[in-house]
Amino acid sequence: MSLDPNRFQKNPATSEPRWVKYLLITISLIFFSFFLLLPLVAVFYEALHKGWQVYLKAVTDPIAFSAVKLTLLAAVISVPLNLLFGISAAWLITKFDFRGKQLLLTLIDLPFSVSPVIAGLIYVLVFGAQGWFGGWLIEHDLKIVFAVPGIILATIFVSFPFVARELIPLMEAQGREEEEASTVLGANGWQTFFRVTIPNIKWGLLYGIILCNARAMGEFGAVSVVSGHIRGQTNTIPLHIEILYNEYNIAAAFSMASILAMLALVTLVIKVYVEWKLKTQMNLEPIAEGQS
Amino acid sequence: MSKISKNKIFPGFGLSLGYTIVYLSLIVLIPLSAVVLKASSLTPEAFWQAISAPRVVASYRLSFGTALLAASINAVFGLILAWVLIRYQFWGKRIVDALIDLPFALPTAVSGISFAAIYSKNGWVGHLLHPYGIKVAYTPLGILIALIFIGLPFVVRTVQPILEDLETEFEEAASSLGANRLQIFTKVVFPILTPAVLTGFALAFARAVGEYGSVIFIAGNIPMVSEITPLLIITKLEQYDYAGATAIALTMLIFSVILLLIINGLQAWTAKRSGRSF
Repeated sequence: MSLDPNRFQKNPATSEPRWVKYLLITISLIFFSFFLLLPLVAVFYEALHKGWQVYLKAVTDPIAFSAVKLTLLAAVISVPLNLLFGISAAWLITKFDFRGKQLLLTLIDLPFSVSPVIAGLIYVLVFGAQGWFGGWLIEHDLKIVFAVPGIILATIFVSFPFVARELIPLMEAQGREEEEASTVLGANGWQTFFRVTIPNIKWGLLYGIILCNARAMGEFGAVSVVSGHIRGQTNTIPLHIEILYNEYNIAAAFSMASILAMLALVTLVIKVYVEWKLKTQMNLEPIAEGQS
Repeated sequence: MSKISKNKIFPGFGLSLGYTIVYLSLIVLIPLSAVVLKASSLTPEAFWQAISAPRVVASYRLSFGTALLAASINAVFGLILAWVLIRYQFWGKRIVDALIDLPFALPTAVSGISFAAIYSKNGWVGHLLHPYGIKVAYTPLGILIALIFIGLPFVVRTVQPILEDLETEFEEAASSLGANRLQIFTKVVFPILTPAVLTGFALAFARAVGEYGSVIFIAGNIPMVSEITPLLIITKLEQYDYAGATAIALTMLIFSVILLLIINGLQAWTAKRSGRSF
């Protein structure tokens, strides 16, 4: 199937009058500029319009550096855990038939529809001073909420479904035949998984990981609830941005924000690349089948 | 073939089932059940009082109202954007297409301060509107703008693949039977897209109701006027009113679960209409 938009325009049955076409394009571009382009450009403008010196001072500040470190730590722990879960859940859902599959899919999506504030609240209720384990934790002088472990838990929660959500439709579309063939030919489970499944899903996997990472590094609401807001200790980049902004240190706030905006742009570039790779991979498959 | 023997082909059923369920329970289900248990420690009267106080009700009206309006605006403009991206060729199209996902990738605190700066009195757009007495930042209108940003990709990305797979035969058949272009769109194309548009709308709505980061910087956060429900939960927590915060959280959670079930139903309908799986 060709995706060339010209095929619609050449056909009178599938094309609109010129003025309708240009009107729709104009509406789209105005909407796009106001709601997507403008906020992105504003981040970099606000970060840089006071000059490079202000910018460099903001991003090399020791407190900013500790925020970057904590953000990286949260991502380094939560992304691999959610990656492992995503692979396990996708394998379970796409390779086996069992009762309650639909329920499981719904439950995996749950963190997407729970407010980030509630995602933070639940860990306060479990590990906070008045929570389930509150007394025990105080007795043993352990701190989870309003400390680094709470931030990591909240980050795991909000970035939980990304890998699974990316892999399930992809593995569903690819079917089970290749793994079946591999098993019939005598490969064991791990051999099949590493030599057949992983090469097939690697691009989807990469996209799931970068989306998961973007959410993990950028989470604000959930982390805000469980963070102690202690400068240099329990502040991630987004929390550091909030403090700077509320102190009217606008240029510094936007300087830190520009780091996350660049991360977002890198995420989008990888996404475009992965989609292109997936498309070529999908287009190649029928040819390979035809040759066999 | 029976289900059991079919499952025997692949190894790892027990392992993946066990791991998936344990991890899901530890990270999501058990902590979420804390909300239900904590809320049930309240007497029914206290619970009702916590979720129906005037300030709380005002926050529902604001959160749900702005979220509903933002999702509706996204349904309309998201459909137009998806249509333009699939059907037309224009300069800069690839950049527009790539940046549609920006709200997914850009941290909410970043978009939050950016919108607050753009729409404040001295901001790029704010200073143009200020002479006319239109205030966006620190009003519900500002909340609406942030929520439109957050929800846009949901509609575009659910409608786009359906539109991409839509074969031209239906439109050609309608055309050869004498329908004009407007009739073809409203009677042939739009009914096919309806489930996807509704799914996108529901996803955008669900996300907008609970949104926090991109809203609080532009909202003003004045009780009864521009205080969203998630912020109220945080305010209660900061006052150590854990039970009150949990009661409101449970109300929102029940709403989210209902919405999630509706979304699942809509997705099944989309799949049926368009012959796609997932």
